[in-house]
Amino acid sequence: MTQHVFAAEIGDTAKLLADDPIWLILIKVVGIFAFLVVMTLFMINWERKVVARMQHRPGPNRVGPNGWLQSLADGLKLAFKEDIRPVLADKWVFFLAPVISCIPAFLAFSVIPIAGEVNMFGQQTALQLVDLPVGVLVVLACSSLGVYGIVLSGWASGSPYPLLGALRSAAQVISYEIAMGLSIVAVIMFTGSLSTGDIVGAQAATVLGFLPGWFGILLFPSFVIYVVSMVGETNRAPFDLPEAESELVGGFHTEYSSLKFALFFLAEYVNMVTVSALATTLFLGGYHAPWSGDFMNTGWWGLLWFIGKTLFFLFLFIWLRGTLPRLRYDQFMKLGWKVLVPTSLVWIMAVAVIRTGAIQQLSTAQRLIALGVIVGLVLLVSFLLPDKKVQDTKGVPLAGSGFPVPPLDLAVPKSAPKRKVKVANIPKDTAAVTTGKEAE
Amino acid sequence: MSFLTFLAQQQPEPVQRVVDTVTTGEAIAFWVLGPLALAGALGMLFARNAVHSALWLVVTMLSLGVLYMIQQAPFLGFVQIIVYTGAIMMLFLFVLMMVGRDSSDSVVEVIRGQRLAAALLGIGFAVLMVGSVARALTSVEPAGLAEANATNGGNVGNIGVKLFTDYLFAFELTSALLITAALGAMILAFVGRDGKPAKKTQKELVEERFQEGKRVGSIPGPGVFATANSVATPALLPDGSVSEESLFEVIEATDKSTLSDDVADVAGTGHEADAHALKGSES
Repeated sequence: MTQHVFAAEIGDTAKLLADDPIWLILIKVVGIFAFLVVMTLFMINWERKVVARMQHRPGPNRVGPNGWLQSLADGLKLAFKEDIRPVLADKWVFFLAPVISCIPAFLAFSVIPIAGEVNMFGQQTALQLVDLPVGVLVVLACSSLGVYGIVLSGWASGSPYPLLGALRSAAQVISYEIAMGLSIVAVIMFTGSLSTGDIVGAQAATVLGFLPGWFGILLFPSFVIYVVSMVGETNRAPFDLPEAESELVGGFHTEYSSLKFALFFLAEYVNMVTVSALATTLFLGGYHAPWSGDFMNTGWWGLLWFIGKTLFFLFLFIWLRGTLPRLRYDQFMKLGWKVLVPTSLVWIMAVAVIRTGAIQQLSTAQRLIALGVIVGLVLLVSFLLPDKKVQDTKGVPLAGSGFPVPPLDLAVPKSAPKRKVKVANIPKDTAAVTTGKEAE
Repeated sequence: MSFLTFLAQQQPEPVQRVVDTVTTGEAIAFWVLGPLALAGALGMLFARNAVHSALWLVVTMLSLGVLYMIQQAPFLGFVQIIVYTGAIMMLFLFVLMMVGRDSSDSVVEVIRGQRLAAALLGIGFAVLMVGSVARALTSVEPAGLAEANATNGGNVGNIGVKLFTDYLFAFELTSALLITAALGAMILAFVGRDGKPAKKTQKELVEERFQEGKRVGSIPGPGVFATANSVATPALLPDGSVSEESLFEVIEATDKSTLSDDVADVAGTGHEADAHALKGSES
């Protein structure tokens, strides 16, 4: 059974990339770096503009054509600001933290397939820096390294708010990385490979004749879980608890200024682009067009589809930020551990059963028996679940809106028991503060 | 970025891989990463600050991870980074940060004979290590991973097959151990609320407030319905009387004379600085 589950040992993309000359690799490295930086500048502007439109205001519109150079100007200004290091800060770690958060963010993008086979300066190659047999793990490893930047910045700042932000962030990213990893498992089971190139290749076909064979459609629950945990993983609203400005000033980057702050900013947006690109790769068919077998599905056209799909996820980030309020910390943890993780575990089991059924070529009778067993299990579990507690009748009746309202025949009490406030009995002329009228 | 490109170059046709020769790239990587790992280990031992110690250990773990990748075990390398540096060291840091940055080890020995036992065990461990390393360097023929990486599903597939066939018992045993440890930690950390009722939820609190007939809304803040928004200004009820609920007891209890300077300042009757004066007033 095991032999044909796995894909080919070294994928086609890896073979294509293996004979890249060193200058081509350098071009790709620089290209990816430039792409991510430009995307960051673009995203900051786009985010401000879209959120502004959602709030019925124009947004930045002064610098450059239609204000599109605003983030560039802000970035330049940020670089020339005074660099402040708090007295209590840990000198080296304070310096190291933004660097640590930035490097993995860029590194993770190296395994993302941006387009399929293209001709670059006479060389046949794929628009991807490297296709490792463990590609998806690279992204997970990089995101787990990126947290160090946040955690260390919080600790090294030597002040309480950043430390609280860092603690939140550590717990948050570890929790949501589990959900994220589990959501990827189903994709890996279908592909039989961890390589990003193979995963995109496996989504080339169509299902039912018209639907694209994207894992976002085939494995919809995984897709939803990935999208939720990707927002949690990048510390973005509504999960931006590590930098909750209404509670923690600025969270982990409260004490940072100038270029170091800019690096955190850059890392956050690059991370957003990376997780969006990974979502595209894993669930939306990467560089494949929504239909198959067209010339628009070959060569450089892939770049268009890839960027389009990535921008869709980036827009989702902005949309969420413009729409949802921040979650409370315990609600957030409950969502991660009690909803996302169990759901994805059950879903992985289901996918495993389906996959086994598909590979073993079961007969219809066997499939029906399997279905019966599953239904039986579900029924058993539903019987074992305790009944919901009966509401006590003494409770305040709730209106349809869910807000508790007083009963309709409520007799207004004569005098509500007031809180006893101890007020000093001081003669009027010695009262510390006047009511204003007396001053005249 | 460099090691990834390096890895990319290391992926020629699987047949061409030579099992037991060290390529130039591998040698360079080793001589960069080896000293780095060693420096990390020494730094961990000698760093005064606990968090710095943990960071040095991270350096060692990262170097080891990259070394695994270069030795044709990419899965092991990345899992080393995800699990050890990503999760375990992060938990270490978490605890260290909770404990506080200035906590340092006490020099008073609590357990008798601790140093002697530690020294003996350390020497024993060193002997074991030297023995196994010496054996690995002399009598063991390196097999290399080239063949394993090229057949039967490659690196990841082979590890999976081994883990779930030959080493299944050890694997399950380890997971049982980890689950036991996690459960134990939860039980130890769980603070039981003996006899006390469970903490009320937000909804229960709201309903309780309605049932008790207390004030349902919030207490009026100072300055509501008043002419100013200062904390010191009492709220006025709709009929113009002062709402006692809004009075701030500390301010009300303060003697007026202690605040006379501030009152004078606000009223504009106090000392005014002369904007054009070069020196302060003579008096």
